[in-house]
Amino acid sequence: MTEWLSRDTLDFLIQAVYFVAAVLFIVGLKQMASPVTARRGVIWAGVGMLLAVLVTFFWQDMGNFALMLAALAIGSVMAWITAKRVAMTDMPQMVAVYNGMGGGAAAAIAAIELYNPGELGYVILVLAILGGMIGAVAFSGSMVAFAKLQGLVQKTLRFPGLQLLNALIFLATIGTGLALLLMEGYPGELLVAFFALALLAGITLTMPIGGADMPVVISLYNALTGLAVAFKGFVLDNAAMIIAGTVVGAAGMLLTHLMAKAMNRPLSNVLFAGFGDTEMEGGGAEGTMKAIDPSDAAIMMAYSEKVIIVPGYGLAVAQAQHKLWEFCERLGERDVEVKFAIHPVAGRMPGHMNVLLAEAGVPYDMIFDLEEINSEFEEADVALVIGANDVVNPDARNKKDSPIFGMPILNADKARNTLVVKRGRGTGFSGVQNPLFVADNTQMVFGDAQEVANKLLQGLKSLG
Amino acid sequence: MLELTGFVALYIFMLTAFVGYEIISRVPVILHTPLMSGSNFVHGIVVVGAMVVLGQADTTVEKVIGFLGVVLGAANAVGGYVVTERMLEMFKSSKGDKA
Repeated sequence: MTEWLSRDTLDFLIQAVYFVAAVLFIVGLKQMASPVTARRGVIWAGVGMLLAVLVTFFWQDMGNFALMLAALAIGSVMAWITAKRVAMTDMPQMVAVYNGMGGGAAAAIAAIELYNPGELGYVILVLAILGGMIGAVAFSGSMVAFAKLQGLVQKTLRFPGLQLLNALIFLATIGTGLALLLMEGYPGELLVAFFALALLAGITLTMPIGGADMPVVISLYNALTGLAVAFKGFVLDNAAMIIAGTVVGAAGMLLTHLMAKAMNRPLSNVLFAGFGDTEMEGGGAEGTMKAIDPSDAAIMMAYSEKVIIVPGYGLAVAQAQHKLWEFCERLGERDVEVKFAIHPVAGRMPGHMNVLLAEAGVPYDMIFDLEEINSEFEEADVALVIGANDVVNPDARNKKDSPIFGMPILNADKARNTLVVKRGRGTGFSGVQNPLFVADNTQMVFGDAQEVANKLLQGLKSLG
Repeated sequence: MLELTGFVALYIFMLTAFVGYEIISRVPVILHTPLMSGSNFVHGIVVVGAMVVLGQADTTVEKVIGFLGVVLGAANAVGGYVVTERMLEMFKSSKGDKA
């Protein structure tokens, strides 16, 4: 298929297009860093991807085109359908799935390269092995993360000696990897063992991690896949893969670090301490909670000047964000100033809550980060906490032995009145007790978030 | 083809890593999820590598693994794109202009 162009010209064209694709990826990611240009950014990156894929058909000595087209079609259609269908609340686990597939693809490339190592140089062989290992770990780890967030795996595997087992599996993987590197003409079984061990390591490493920590882990695997792709780029002499993979690897590492910092959980803690779903003893905090009727709560807010809303994942689970936004619009009509305060880990990963609110139609300039809004709580008449718990727990500020001590929190307790919408009297996602619920200026609105949002809206409507 | 070996490769790796770091370091938290998804899409470029190994595969084993690689890589790219686009589509400001 290349008769009409010389090999040299084609190679030049391929490299030129890869260069353009790399530029589009970087510019696209850069644009994704601002809400105003974000959409354009992903489209630009998409164009880069499309160009890179098209031009790859003309790579030298290529065959198996029918197989290739079939594979592209299967992967694309499958992903297209699932991605179009997935609910916004389930977004984190879908990111995990697609990320895992990228890791799997990197591992597959490594498997072929190592199956037929031929004339691979020493450095390239190291990169092929490392990339394969990282890819395989990211693949199985991401799949476990998906299964846990999706609720397919309920149990959190944790037993004494687990860390030791993890260390052993990890060492065994490294050991077989070293053997691949050092043995001339290694047997196929060794290669199979290497990948099996790497896959197993991904599973046992991810199994003990609790649901609350999972986003950090997904982000970590995302970065690792990027790295694996970059290594594969070096093995295959493919500049587009090197650039895209490295950018994602570095960006992903920083993002992982930012997430872990926002949760006040060093990465090592997330991976090896297993706190994410600790079951703590005890139900409610000590003291008594004061209940308030939703309609009274609505009236209270209707006659306020400033209301700050602190939404949490519970809001999205109950699919109450649409009703809540309708309520806020009505408050706005009454000249009440409404702002949304988002904790970095609200939802299931940083920024997830923003996506869910955007879905309900909340404009992004009404949504504020922790740093932006924390000083404003003191001037607020009402802080409405809905579906959130740990992110407003004052213990994080002043109780040294609390498991969440040191985590930055939203100062909802500093508002003149705090309203907390809560299903029951128990503890939250992390099982930590929350003294905010029994504070003097706090009143509890008990009920499912959807039901409460409905009643709030009705209460406001009844005022006319 | 390009010869991306030795120190040239190392320089590319180092400089690109800094670019990645810089891109993320000033991102507002509200965009972390779309950005994670967006970067997830970008490493879908792995599909290109999988295409090359499948295209050059001779034995059945190589073809099977290569086929699998392309399926997974394509799913990474397409799924990552669609999910990111869906999320970003929803962001709008109160002035009514779409992002």
